[in-house]
Amino acid sequence: MADTPKPDELAKIDHTPPVFRGWMDTQPEIRPGIACYGSKSKDLKYVDMPNPRDWSPFDDDWKLPENWEETIHEGFKDRLGRFRSFKLFMDICVRCGACADKCHFFIGSGDPKNMPVMRAELLRSIYRKKFTVGGKLLGRLAGARELTEDALKELWYYLYQCTECRRCSLFCPYGIDMAEITIMGRELTNLVGLNIDWIAAPVANCYRTGNHLGIQPHAYKDMLDFFTDEIEDITGLRMEQDLNRKGAEILFITPSGDVFADPGTFTCMGYMMLFHYLKSLGLDITWSTYASEGGNFGYFTSHEMAKRLNAKMYAEAKRLGVKWILGGECGHMWRVLNQYMDTFNGPADFLEEPVSPITGTRFENAKTTKMTHIIEFTADLIKNNKLKLDPSRNDNLKVTFHDSCNPARGMGILEEPRYVIKNVCNNFYEMPPSTIREQTFCCGSGAGLNAGENMELRMRGGLPRANAVKFVHEKHDVNMLACICAIDRAVLPNLMEYWVPEVDVTGVHEMVANALVFEGEKKRTTDLRGEPLPGMEDEEDV
Amino acid sequence: MNFIISILFSGFAVSTLILIPWVGVGAFDLRVLFGVIVPYAAMATFFIGIIVRVIDWGKSPVPFRIPTTAGQEWSFPWIKSNPIDNPRGTGGVIVRMILEVLLFRSLFRNTRLEYRNADGGLKVDYEWEKWLWLAALAFHWSFLVIFLRHFRFFMEPIPSFVHLLDSLDGFLQMGVLPFNGLGVPCVYISDLLMLAAVTYLFFRRLYIPQVRYISLPADYFPLFLILALGLTGVLMRYFLRVDITAVKELAIGLFKFSPTVPEGIGVIFYIHLFILSVLIAYFPFSKLMHFAGVFLSPTRNLSNNNRFVRHVNPWDYPVQTHTYDEYEDEFRERMIEIGLPVEKQIEPKEEPKEEEKE
Repeated sequence: MADTPKPDELAKIDHTPPVFRGWMDTQPEIRPGIACYGSKSKDLKYVDMPNPRDWSPFDDDWKLPENWEETIHEGFKDRLGRFRSFKLFMDICVRCGACADKCHFFIGSGDPKNMPVMRAELLRSIYRKKFTVGGKLLGRLAGARELTEDALKELWYYLYQCTECRRCSLFCPYGIDMAEITIMGRELTNLVGLNIDWIAAPVANCYRTGNHLGIQPHAYKDMLDFFTDEIEDITGLRMEQDLNRKGAEILFITPSGDVFADPGTFTCMGYMMLFHYLKSLGLDITWSTYASEGGNFGYFTSHEMAKRLNAKMYAEAKRLGVKWILGGECGHMWRVLNQYMDTFNGPADFLEEPVSPITGTRFENAKTTKMTHIIEFTADLIKNNKLKLDPSRNDNLKVTFHDSCNPARGMGILEEPRYVIKNVCNNFYEMPPSTIREQTFCCGSGAGLNAGENMELRMRGGLPRANAVKFVHEKHDVNMLACICAIDRAVLPNLMEYWVPEVDVTGVHEMVANALVFEGEKKRTTDLRGEPLPGMEDEEDV
Repeated sequence: MNFIISILFSGFAVSTLILIPWVGVGAFDLRVLFGVIVPYAAMATFFIGIIVRVIDWGKSPVPFRIPTTAGQEWSFPWIKSNPIDNPRGTGGVIVRMILEVLLFRSLFRNTRLEYRNADGGLKVDYEWEKWLWLAALAFHWSFLVIFLRHFRFFMEPIPSFVHLLDSLDGFLQMGVLPFNGLGVPCVYISDLLMLAAVTYLFFRRLYIPQVRYISLPADYFPLFLILALGLTGVLMRYFLRVDITAVKELAIGLFKFSPTVPEGIGVIFYIHLFILSVLIAYFPFSKLMHFAGVFLSPTRNLSNNNRFVRHVNPWDYPVQTHTYDEYEDEFRERMIEIGLPVEKQIEPKEEPKEEEKE
């Protein structure tokens, strides 16, 4: 693994591209610390993806299949015919440059090929050569170039430096969406077996065990049992959860990251406590070990792979005979659920329009997918006064909220998390407007780039986000970054430690659970992390 | 290839295009070619080309509904949603598209990165930057006004909206020369705006390092072409006057499909007409198609209603999945051990197992 430069070293960034050397005349060096490891043979084999073999992007020989050019050419043509978005986005860019400085990877790296327009041009140039008259006749003068092995490597390098966050598409006057182009580009690379390990392995895991981390059913139960013990230590109450229970009213699906590592685990404990709290009010809910993944790394591979992994949700809901599905806090999970799931695997006509069993609220906006976001569910509970909350338990926190890219720009869930946060804690501060809500900056590690070997890239990509956090930290003494995304919870701690070490990361439901006052609980002295609650610093921990 | 080559190539191409009618009409008197045949061919290319392109785009379906949401979605009655930037239905989409097409709303969001890393402190700002939006707006709208004003050459009698535009556009009543009169007409605001905007759009390509890096000849060429179109027009109107009556005779003839080529129109007119012909013939093959493409853009023209209105993918196909049964088959034993419910119990084959252990 490459050493990551120190923050002050890394922050020396020049955003001026070369003056005289055109982009077609530069070939990038595929650098450790930026690029991820190549996909492993066994993972591709498990899900029948083409050209399975062990390979490394740092080697000269990528072990491409014999007819790789033809495969990509055919795949390109096929996708142009199947996706209007793709065809249009290849044709209508005027290179106005509005997107150029909107990308967190460009801001954090200064690499001109990380400008969204440039990243797209890498693919467009190949498109022009193969599919347009001008490109065939005029070549480079028309911005066209051959698909050589070098061009493929360059394309790969930059497609896996895009987190599909869609910030560029917000500013594009024609709505050209680099995420869409990256999705297509990655589909093409997958046709010749060029995925990254950090995507291919979770995909294979998820296919087999139901979740990206490869947690087998008994281990999944063990983990929830462990959290039950932890919660009992803190509250004195035993909050057992149901798993794979047929006949429950609601199926709960959350990213597996939440049961695996801190601070996601605290969010997971938050869900468990909320469900227990609501049990006596009529909540009838089950978790599943088969549909134990909310996220979908298949979405970072191909539409087909996304569909294959997503299928488990409805299949499990059907098997268990639930009425509707509740989904946990996650980013790209919700883009898939909102913009793809029903089209992929619907219609879910065996389910019913979600209705909160506690408040009676109909979630009309989930009428056909039958899947509601837990932040909507909780916001509705709070609005209807169904939760007894003591926000002062979170008084040690000065909170800011990071809008995750996908819920913001692929769904528009902006107010609900803020409403919940403001009801469970007393100190909330917004980051500057150009860095939140629809203009939010990515964590820098989305779309499967949350690996360990590309830490420099992640710290670069997360620079704009971290810088905005730093701003509110310095101005308002903010010490907690809240989010509703499991990848955020997995990667933002690293980012904070690197850029703003004084700030920690939390899911919103961890704070909800901290504030939630249970009937018959013991006097709480610590929060879910085992740290003393405000005013309890001197209390003996029992 | 770099920006110098791009500019030289585009500049050379446009200069050549100016020379062609200059020589053609000036030296060889090919008035029919440049006054009738070329314009007709260009118009045919323009219309057929655009139709073919749009149909071609339209042939590719929209398998998924993927709007970029730029505001709060519709959820609870007590949460204020943003019906335009995150449209729930067709009404919102129409408003969003109107704002996009007429006012360039997305471009209006533009900011400029200000990255300073000095004195031990890193400062990253996203600053006010509306110049691109302003120039784009000025350029497109003045181009439209100029185009509409030209109807006084194509139509007899001149439609009243043209008179209205004329008087609004020319309200400055400013002579182009330091003194009024001498038959020099008043200056149109749209002429000034368009030339200024195009010039700005060119200079920003040179001046802003990132934009310079991404610019292709395909970006400079149409700019130069439009600049040449505007300049020849301005020359003709204010300096090298041509016989307007004859021009109008030719234009009306073209539009009535009974072309005539009157004598005595200056070469400058043929240059103007030829550049226009090249521009519209080039149109369907170029990035200028963005004008049609923006209407089809799936991130803008769709509502964010996937969770309550089903969207069907026309080429959807069944995929292989890992079923629950396959999953349970693999993990059944351990599931039973830890007390998870299962669909099938393990068949009683326990006894022979004991023997195998030996």
